[in-house]
Amino acid sequence: MSQPSAVEEKLEHLQHHFIDSDQQFEASKLGMWIFLVTEILFFGGLFAAYIVYRSWYPELYLLASEELDVFWGAVNTFVLIGSSLTVAMAIRSAQLNQIRGLIINLWITIGLAVTFMVIKYFEYAEKIEKGILPGAHYSYDGIAHEKANIFFSIYYMMTGLHGIHVLVGIGLMVWLVFKAKKKVFHSGYYTPVEITGLYWHLVDVIWIFLFPLLYLID
Amino acid sequence: MATNDESKKVRKLQVRRFKPEENPEKHYLNEEKGLWAWMTTVDHKKIGLMYLGSIVFFFFVAGVLALLLRTELLTPARSFMDADMYNQVFTLHGAIMIFFFLVPSVPAVLGNFILPLQLGAKDVAFPRLNLASYYIYVIGALFTLFAIFTGGVDTGWTFYTPYSSTTSGGNIMAMTFGIFILGFSSILTGINFMVTIHKMRSPGITWNKLPLNLWGLYATSIIQILATPVLAITLLLLTMERMLSIGIFDPAIGGDPVLYQHFFWFYSHPAVYIMIVPGFGIISEVISTFSRKVIFGYWAIALSSLAIAFIGFLVWGHHMFTAGQSSLANMVFSFLTFLVGIPTGIKIFNWLATMYKGSIDLKTPMVYALVFLFLFTIGGFTGIMLGALAVDIHLHDTYYVVAHFHYVMMGGMVMAFLAGLHYWWPKMFGKMYSEFWAKITCAVIFVGFNMTFLPQFVMGAQGMPRRYFNYIDQFQSFHQFSTIGAYIMGVGFVMMAAYMIHSLVKGKPASSNPWGSRALEWQTSSPVPLHNFEHTPVIINGPYDYHKPMSEFQLGIAAKHGHHHAEEEVAVKVSKQEKE
Repeated sequence: MSQPSAVEEKLEHLQHHFIDSDQQFEASKLGMWIFLVTEILFFGGLFAAYIVYRSWYPELYLLASEELDVFWGAVNTFVLIGSSLTVAMAIRSAQLNQIRGLIINLWITIGLAVTFMVIKYFEYAEKIEKGILPGAHYSYDGIAHEKANIFFSIYYMMTGLHGIHVLVGIGLMVWLVFKAKKKVFHSGYYTPVEITGLYWHLVDVIWIFLFPLLYLID
Repeated sequence: MATNDESKKVRKLQVRRFKPEENPEKHYLNEEKGLWAWMTTVDHKKIGLMYLGSIVFFFFVAGVLALLLRTELLTPARSFMDADMYNQVFTLHGAIMIFFFLVPSVPAVLGNFILPLQLGAKDVAFPRLNLASYYIYVIGALFTLFAIFTGGVDTGWTFYTPYSSTTSGGNIMAMTFGIFILGFSSILTGINFMVTIHKMRSPGITWNKLPLNLWGLYATSIIQILATPVLAITLLLLTMERMLSIGIFDPAIGGDPVLYQHFFWFYSHPAVYIMIVPGFGIISEVISTFSRKVIFGYWAIALSSLAIAFIGFLVWGHHMFTAGQSSLANMVFSFLTFLVGIPTGIKIFNWLATMYKGSIDLKTPMVYALVFLFLFTIGGFTGIMLGALAVDIHLHDTYYVVAHFHYVMMGGMVMAFLAGLHYWWPKMFGKMYSEFWAKITCAVIFVGFNMTFLPQFVMGAQGMPRRYFNYIDQFQSFHQFSTIGAYIMGVGFVMMAAYMIHSLVKGKPASSNPWGSRALEWQTSSPVPLHNFEHTPVIINGPYDYHKPMSEFQLGIAAKHGHHHAEEEVAVKVSKQEKE
């Protein structure tokens, strides 16, 4: 592949309807921020359900959260916070034109995200074995509360939806690695890395709220 | 918002006048040919037209369903469909009209077409996302059609639990999933518009020179962005309720059905403002254009759109006055509901003041705008009555509510949409429709509409409940009058289809600015060139400054190396958003 000249390289990513790279970058970033607002509202519905049921049955939440494993929840929290750091380092690498660093940091982020999902899988498996399933399928008798099924419905909805977001993030970052290997990104153009990073931080922030609200009730 | 330091800066731009080419040979409709080019286009104008085709289809389907309902109601007992069938038909009428016609109508059709033109931009900020949102709409629509052909839905468009989570009739899963998907189309359109308005304005378009149509679309985008995700999570929970019995909404397994209503109306009340607020924007444009006068109270109209968007989030509880809310909550929601009347009243009075001493030209779009003012005011006032606690206990779930809703949605929103469609039709297709037939049709629709829904206020106040397929004999004359009105309205829409199609085939060519408007979208050719403007427009006047000469509205940046030399130099306020 012949190397494009510096000027052409800069213009390659610029879509026809934008005046310059700055405008394109600013627009994409604003778009992502607004999208994150919609994500917060999306999860907001579940948080509202959480709050309503918690205010009705405070003792249920105390009892039921004891079934959740604080240790593995805490490990997962550190895993995700660590991945937020590495994705920020990936953006930094892109800004500095260090494509190798970008790819390495993306791989580490992907690795941490996969670790999170594996731990989550073992947490789910352990509960399902006990018969802790959402709603009507609930068959565990270790919690002395008739609405225990609802706590776990909310738990599965919140963590499940969060898990789907983690999977989407993994997909996006694998795509970024492929793009980075094709030398698409450089210090003048790294918009997809930046906005994926924004998305990933939100996924992290949501978990930071989920962890104390579900695991650390006492 | 532009930062203060930067908005104070003034930049000198070399400009010259660009007169739009009349009836150009090449324009967006014929520059790229073939079905595939259309289906994969990222051009905002073509996407707008594809949306137009889709929503016209759904308006037709749901309109036919409405006529079936009205036909059934000709006699007090069964006329030709049984109760179950009737339930399905009114559910589909409501769900299709709301989710597939009203919500996307103005933003996705007229907004898509006009928004970049009014900003002087080549396209929306994310053209591929725009195309994606169209296909998401189509996929949502396919799910819904699938639901209709595999058993239908009979829950009403509100899908209240526990009925919707337990009934075995119909295919509620496919229907709710379709609407869930549709929501993303609405969200993506909102994001796209908001970013475009922030980042893609031509030099000189400051926030106080933004056309009011765009203020309307901006307020709409805010609601789409903040409310639609809540509908998404609600419908997701409802789907999970049916699939896994999670028990959040179903009382049989410990859930709370009123919580569902809170969730649902937290979206669906703001959603009616998604439907009406962009209509307000159109009315502002049309009234100013055809009164040949500066809009009265520009900021009052602009900010009242935002105020409606804001208050609209705080009134959802007025749908649940009889659902067992605490009386304190009822009082608060009732009070907040009255507050919506203030910004809405501000708009109405500003429009009237714009017309006052204006040079009013009663072209078809203006006639529709007047119809809007008349019908929407009735709809608005009856809404205030329904917001009053004691009155609502009496009127709840009666035809009064049906009539109120149709006066605001059909009398308000659809009339505003028709005003906009007739206003921008020449810009979209470069053809004029027959003024004579358009006005006759408008009169037919106006008469038909009032015949249909005015008696429903009376019936409702006398106690005729909504959603019943039979009724006691005393209401028969009202129902029959209403049904005849519906047929007249149906004839009106057929007439509209006829003269619109005629205009496409044999209509006179439209000039670039048939209404003599000062707004930016009229300063380019009709139909629009593929890239909207052949130059970068420069704006020095507000979009409603009818006291200034037309030449001041057709300025653009003079090409640096072209044959044309700059005619003059103007000072334009700059901010980060406005790029050369």
